[in-house]
Amino acid sequence: MTAPPVRFYQVGSFAVGNRLLPDDDQTVQSDPNRTNSLDSGHRACQGCGEALGARYALDAAMRASEARLVAVNATGCLEVFSTPYPETSWRIPWLHSLFGNAPAVATGVAAALKVKGRSDVRVVAQAGDGGTVDIGFGCLSGMFERNDDVLFICYDNEAYMNTGVQRSGATPPAARTATTEAIGEEPGNVFGQGKNLPRLAMAHEITYVATATVADLHDLEEKVERAMRLHGARYLHVLVPCPLGWGSASCDTIRVARLAKETGLFPVFEAVHGKVTGVSAIRHRTPVEEYLSIQTRYAHLFGERPRTDIISRIQSIADRNIAEYQLLADDAITVEPEKAET
Amino acid sequence: MLRQIEGSRAVAETVALCRPEVVCAYPISPQTHIIEAIGAMVKSGALTPCEFINVESEFAAMSVSIGASATGARSYTATASQGLLFMIEAVYNAAGLGLPIVMTLANRAIGAPINIWNDHSDAMAVRDSGWIQLFAETNQEAADLHVQAFRLAEELSLPVMVCMDGFILTHAVERVELPDQAEVDAFLPSYEPRQVLDPDDPVSIGAMVGPEAFEEVRYLAHLRQLDALERIPTLAAAFDEAFGRQSGGLLHPYRTEGAETIVVALGSVLGTIKDAVDARRDAGERVGVVGITAFRPFPREAVRGALSGTHRVVVVEKAFSIGYGGVLSTDVAMATHDSDCTLRTVVGGLGGRPITRDSLEEVLAAAARDELDPLTFLDLEIEIVQRERGRMTSTRRSGPSAENILRDLGTVASRIG
Repeated sequence: MTAPPVRFYQVGSFAVGNRLLPDDDQTVQSDPNRTNSLDSGHRACQGCGEALGARYALDAAMRASEARLVAVNATGCLEVFSTPYPETSWRIPWLHSLFGNAPAVATGVAAALKVKGRSDVRVVAQAGDGGTVDIGFGCLSGMFERNDDVLFICYDNEAYMNTGVQRSGATPPAARTATTEAIGEEPGNVFGQGKNLPRLAMAHEITYVATATVADLHDLEEKVERAMRLHGARYLHVLVPCPLGWGSASCDTIRVARLAKETGLFPVFEAVHGKVTGVSAIRHRTPVEEYLSIQTRYAHLFGERPRTDIISRIQSIADRNIAEYQLLADDAITVEPEKAET
Repeated sequence: MLRQIEGSRAVAETVALCRPEVVCAYPISPQTHIIEAIGAMVKSGALTPCEFINVESEFAAMSVSIGASATGARSYTATASQGLLFMIEAVYNAAGLGLPIVMTLANRAIGAPINIWNDHSDAMAVRDSGWIQLFAETNQEAADLHVQAFRLAEELSLPVMVCMDGFILTHAVERVELPDQAEVDAFLPSYEPRQVLDPDDPVSIGAMVGPEAFEEVRYLAHLRQLDALERIPTLAAAFDEAFGRQSGGLLHPYRTEGAETIVVALGSVLGTIKDAVDARRDAGERVGVVGITAFRPFPREAVRGALSGTHRVVVVEKAFSIGYGGVLSTDVAMATHDSDCTLRTVVGGLGGRPITRDSLEEVLAAAARDELDPLTFLDLEIEIVQRERGRMTSTRRSGPSAENILRDLGTVASRIG
C-alpha cells in the first residue's frame, strides 16, 4: 500500500511548519542568530508593514552576504522611525542622505567598495514608494541603466505616509489620500494614472526584478537571497500595508497584504533580464470588495449609495492582472529563475 | 614640469595626481574638459585604482560622491552653474554629513536667460552651504589649490569647492608648472576617514536631529569652518615649502603699501585689476588690490588687517544679490565696520561681459574723485534697459524681456510673420 503524500499545509493557507523544512530553507527570522538588522525599539506605528518588510528583507540580505552589508536609506518613514536622535535601530552600517538620491548614494558606496577591492561587502538601498517611483526615479533609472551592483528595495505603501498620506505615483485608483480626497464625482485618486515600477525596472533589462508582499515573508526572504546571489542592478518591490494611511486595522496588515495578492490587484512575480520567470499563483481568488472594504481609504465606495461602478473598474484591473501575469494556479508561469539566469 | 596647457587639463592632471578613487560627473559647459580628461586617464589605466562614473544628473554626481566618501573613498567631481543648482540639496547634505569631497566649480552665470559664460552667481548661491570655497586667480593657482583642497578637506572632514572662472581660466592655454607624483604623494597623505560605512564597525550616518541638538550640530560646523581659517595659511606655507611657489592662502595683497584706495575681488579678474592698478600707480595714484582666495570661511580679520589705513575700498564683484547689491561687499563691510573708509561696490562681468582695464581705470579715477556711486554696474547700457521699461509700461503683453532686448540690439530677427 502506497503511503499518502505528506501534507504540510495548515488549514486554509500555504504556511508550512518551519521545523519541517531543511535547514537552508528555514526562515531567517526563526534563526536565533538572526542579525536583527533593524532592531526593536524603533518608533514605527503598530502594524507597520514597512518595518516588518525591512526587518525581513535586511536580515535575509545579511544572511546571504554573511553579514557583509551596507544599507543606504532614502528619507521617509523608515528613516524617521529608525533614527530619531540620539537613537538608532540599525545594527548594520547605514547611511541616510536625502529623499531622492538613495540609488545614487548606493552607487557611490558600491563604487568605493569596488575601488578598495572589498568584493565581500554588498550594498542594499531602500526607499518608500515616493522615494522610488517619484522623487528618486531619476537616480534609480540611472543606477539601473549603468547596472550598478546594488539591490534596491522599494517598500510600497502607495502614498506619502510620513508627511501625512498624500498621493504618490504609486497610489491606486479611487484611494483616498490627503491630496485625493473622497469628494466629487470621481472620489479618491483618479483612474488611468500611476507608475508600474516593476515593469519600468524590467524595461531596463536588469538582472533581477521581483515583487513580494509582507503576507508571504518566506517568499520575501527567498527573493532577497536570490537577488543577493546575483550582481548588477536588482530591484525588489514589496507591498507593505500602512494601517494609518490605508485605514486598516493594525492587526490586519498581513491579511490586507494577502488580499492584495489574492484579488490579483498586486501581482507577485519574478523577472530575470526583463522577462517574467515565475508568478505566485492565486490560491483563493477573491473579489476586490473583500480587499477594499476593510480599508477606510476606500470607505467612500461602500457608503449609503455603494459605488459599484468604481468597484467594478477596480475589479477589471485585478482581472487584467490575472490574465496578463497568468496568476491562476492552472496557467501559472513556472520557469525556474536559476535556469533563466544562465 | 612646466607645461603650456589648458586650464582644465592642468586641473584634471593635478586632480589625477591626488589619486581620487571615485570620480563622477555630468557634463556641463565649461566644466567638460576637466571630466573628459580624467575619464580618459581612468580608461587608459593612467589613473588607477579609480572608478569613473557617468551619471544621469548633477544631483546624482554629488550623491554618488556622498556615498563613495562615506565609504572611505577619496571622491571628486566638477560642475558649473545650473549643474551646481541642480545638485544643491546634495551640496548642503555633503557638508552637513562632514564628507571631504573636493569639487571644481567652473564658474558660470545662472539663467534665465540661459548663458554659458562666466560670472560668480553659482558660487554665491551656495556660499552658506557649509562648503569651503577657494577662488583661483590663475590656472597655476587653480591646479595648486586642488592639491591643497584634498588635504584641507580630509584634515577637517569638510567638503572643499575650488572655484575657477569658466572659459577665462578653464579654456585658457598658458604656462602651468605641474607637480610630479612623488611630490604630491609626499604632500597629500592617504585618506583616513573620520566616519566610514564598515560592516566590522557599523555606524548610522545621517540620523535625524531635532530642536534638541540641531543648533549645536550647526555651530560645530561653523567652528570647523573657523578651523579652516587657521589651516588654509598653514597649508599654503607647507605647499610653498614643498613645491616652491606661493598658491592659496586666505588672501593676496598687491601694492597695498600706503594705498588710499584698495580694490577687493575674487578670481581671474584680479589680473586685469592689477594691470589697472599698475597703470594708476605709474600715474602717481596710491592704489592697491586685495585678492581674496578663501571666500568661505571668510577671513574677516585678515581682510580687516589688509584694508586697515586705507580711505576707500572698491569691491569688484561678478555677482550680486538682486534687490540688494553686493555679496562680497557685505562681507567686506562687516570686516571693516569699525573703520571710517568708504565702501563702494562695482558689479561687472555678468554673463561673461569682459571687465576691461579701461573700464577699471575709469572706476579707479571716479573713486579717487569720490564720485563713484555706492553701487555701480560696470559698463551698463542703461538706455537699453530704459527702452524695455518703456515697452513694459506701454504694453501689457510686452513679451519676453530677453528677446525684446536682443531684438532692440539687432542681434535677433524681428518677430516672425
